[in-house]
Amino acid sequence: MGRHDMTTITTEKKMAVKVIIPTPLRVYAEKKDSAEVSAQTVGEALGGLTSQFGELRKHLFTDDGKLRSFVNVYLNDEDIRYMAKEATPVKDGDVVSIVPSIAGGNHCSL
Amino acid sequence: MAENVQLWMSHDVAERIRRHGEETFPYECCGALLGRDSAAVENSAQDGTQPEAGREVLQLFPLVNRRDDSPRNRFAVTADDVRDAEKAASQHGLEVIGWYHSHPDHPARPSDFDREHAWPWYSYVIVSVMAGKPADMTSWRLNDDRQNYSPEGIEIRNSALA
Repeated sequence: MGRHDMTTITTEKKMAVKVIIPTPLRVYAEKKDSAEVSAQTVGEALGGLTSQFGELRKHLFTDDGKLRSFVNVYLNDEDIRYMAKEATPVKDGDVVSIVPSIAGGNHCSL
Repeated sequence: MAENVQLWMSHDVAERIRRHGEETFPYECCGALLGRDSAAVENSAQDGTQPEAGREVLQLFPLVNRRDDSPRNRFAVTADDVRDAEKAASQHGLEVIGWYHSHPDHPARPSDFDREHAWPWYSYVIVSVMAGKPADMTSWRLNDDRQNYSPEGIEIRNSALA
């Protein structure tokens, strides 16, 4: 107690992660279907993606920086909502997929 | 991006969308539009001519409306449904180019709710079903600023891209 436990000090090694970009967003990502990013968490991976392609940000995140409700994110084949959400750690070679869900309805307003 | 664009479909595809809306009335129907975006095809020609901006629906992937709490005025397609639709499209060498749904007893125009939940690039086809009978059918694309939709002309014709 009272002294630093050296075992807790780790270098923040970034992992090489592939992010799969869904078809409707590829127009904002130079038509690429994926991007390589370095990250420690899923959130960082998404941040890395929007750093590369700034136009993606508004389609993935709300104005206050939260993932839009119809944006689903999978780490390999697991929905991150059932893991640690955006804080879910990633490993080298992991694949983060952005998968749309679709909703709508009448209540005409135009 | 969403200006002066056309969505092509055959008479049969158009009828199947209308029929789906009729079958599920008074609830909303929904499904995926599988086809090809013309830009991807015509860019490869590189003949210097201005390509005709458009895309063609070649198949439908009807889905079950997951909104069982308010299916009369809402529809929902889960991420698993989207993945299934993408898999089906890819098996036919196509891609998911948009979605269709019905507006029972409402005009075929997108709502604020539609806009808030829309993705760019996709074509959103809406068929109005009035008193159980299919009426107008329109198509829309979300603008880049997410604030509005642009209408997309639907042209019924025999397949040009297949």
